[in-house]
Amino acid sequence: MPSLAGLFFWMNRKTEDINKIIVKKPLKLDCGKTINNFPLAYETYGKLNANKDNAILVFHALTGDQFVTGTNPITNKEGWWVTAVGPGKAIDTDKYFVICANVIGGCMGSLGPKDTNPENNQPYGLDFPVITIRDMVKAQESLLEHLGIKKLLCATGGSMGGMQLLQFCATFPDKAFSAIPIACSSSHSAQNIALNELARQAIMADPVWDNGKYVSKDVQPKNGLAVARMVGHISYLSEKGMQEKFGRKLQEKADYEFSFNADFQVESYLRHQGYAFVERFDANSILYITRAMDYFDLSKQYKDGLVEAFKNQNTKFLVISFSSDWLYTTKENKDIVIALNASGADVSYSEIVTDKGHDSFLLKEPEFLKTLKGFIDSMYEKFKNEKRI
Amino acid sequence: MKKEFKVIAELLPKNTRVLDVGCGDGSLMNFLREEKKIEVRGLELNQENVQLCIRKGLPVIQGNAETELHQFPDQSFDYVVLSQTLQAFYNPEEVLKNLLRIGKAVIVSIPNFGYWKVRMKLLFFGEMPVTKTLPNTWYNTPNLHMCTIKDLFKFCDEKNINIKKVVGVNEDKTSPIKKSNLELKNLFSKLGIFLIG
Repeated sequence: MPSLAGLFFWMNRKTEDINKIIVKKPLKLDCGKTINNFPLAYETYGKLNANKDNAILVFHALTGDQFVTGTNPITNKEGWWVTAVGPGKAIDTDKYFVICANVIGGCMGSLGPKDTNPENNQPYGLDFPVITIRDMVKAQESLLEHLGIKKLLCATGGSMGGMQLLQFCATFPDKAFSAIPIACSSSHSAQNIALNELARQAIMADPVWDNGKYVSKDVQPKNGLAVARMVGHISYLSEKGMQEKFGRKLQEKADYEFSFNADFQVESYLRHQGYAFVERFDANSILYITRAMDYFDLSKQYKDGLVEAFKNQNTKFLVISFSSDWLYTTKENKDIVIALNASGADVSYSEIVTDKGHDSFLLKEPEFLKTLKGFIDSMYEKFKNEKRI
Repeated sequence: MKKEFKVIAELLPKNTRVLDVGCGDGSLMNFLREEKKIEVRGLELNQENVQLCIRKGLPVIQGNAETELHQFPDQSFDYVVLSQTLQAFYNPEEVLKNLLRIGKAVIVSIPNFGYWKVRMKLLFFGEMPVTKTLPNTWYNTPNLHMCTIKDLFKFCDEKNINIKKVVGVNEDKTSPIKKSNLELKNLFSKLGIFLIG
């Protein structure tokens, strides 16, 4: 295994090949600070047609990035939504032009805490401004401008991606013809804030973290970051799904070892997921992005709450939830539907019955993928007709 | 029954906001979209049906009309349509009340238990009636509260619900129903379509 320093060098070298724009327009952040001339990394799949009416914007989740499908050139692994996006898939890249940007605060080429602070030529670390979901979304609007897209056929995203999408629709009501928020919430619940806090505390308890200053030493608080990832992985599954997948099965052994090694398969799974993650993600980015999620409460931005947030929406919504998702529950998703309904928006809603928990939106869930495809294809027909008229 | 759709379509003016409660696979919504250019919203319990609607580009919310009508604000639709579902609710009175709250007017259609063939089946054979409009047997029927056209008339009277129009349907024939011809039409209509509110 390469040394961490070597790994960082390799990552930085590779990240220079990533597509990015430099956003020149100053962006006033919710925290009061302003950033400008910052990089925003993105990737596109498929071709934008001449009418520019086949563009779909995907917002990624907490640990995602702009590499939605195909092979991620940095990790050499499959893109995170390869199940749904690609040639012939539910979001068909033979037909549609798919765009995804790395969120600011992230670590895949967009401005984030591991970048150099121009004020002191040191990595930002905790000097990076605290960002919000609204900041992320505003930054991405510049990308649409750059690509010359006035109106998207569709915008979609699951989990934090769904939260960005709700913010996007509220802030830019005329930018999307249709929208599919998946397994998300209009405000982060106490349980979700608690789980994020657990992840942050795990990172901050790692002595290597050193108040976020580890970056300049070319190291990574991998123990803390791995535990943070394990917390996440537990919350993405359901009790039933976990029991079915692992039960009490032992990891390549006949009996208990009477030690604290990974005896159970579920332990081995978590350790593997945790330590694989540290190779591709920056610990400070987890702090910043989870904070943005916790601060997210769309209803708070408007005097009359969510109903006002969705006022004057011409966007056609499809909200999707999963029955066994306890992180972003059906109830939370239905609250979005109720608010959209109350504000007179055009909204569809479907709950997919599955044991796979929050993770379902990333998996091969046939009913989910069929619904996704059916909606997008029918929206494309409508959008084309509307444009013709 | 295609005739039912036509009657409902005739009751609806153009450019109105319509909610179809229990919209099934969206055939009525589709019919109204094609024939009258009315964009209808739907509420449907069954996941498969919900998907069929979504694939047709019909806006539909998956949910239970018995418990989830509260999500629709007062008077948020011009018309609410309830096609042949009233009898399947645990509490049809409560559902009707909610529909009248949500819509400025409500169109309710019911399979008529007073239809002569239904009466004959019970009178001469002593069996629960199974007909084209009531295809299930007693043990697997979703219909908990069967009623006749006359029953619904009486119900509206008792609850002070304004009846604007009633149409009886038998195959391809339709006829207006009034108090004066109620006994006869209650015997010869397979379906009753009420415009109330």
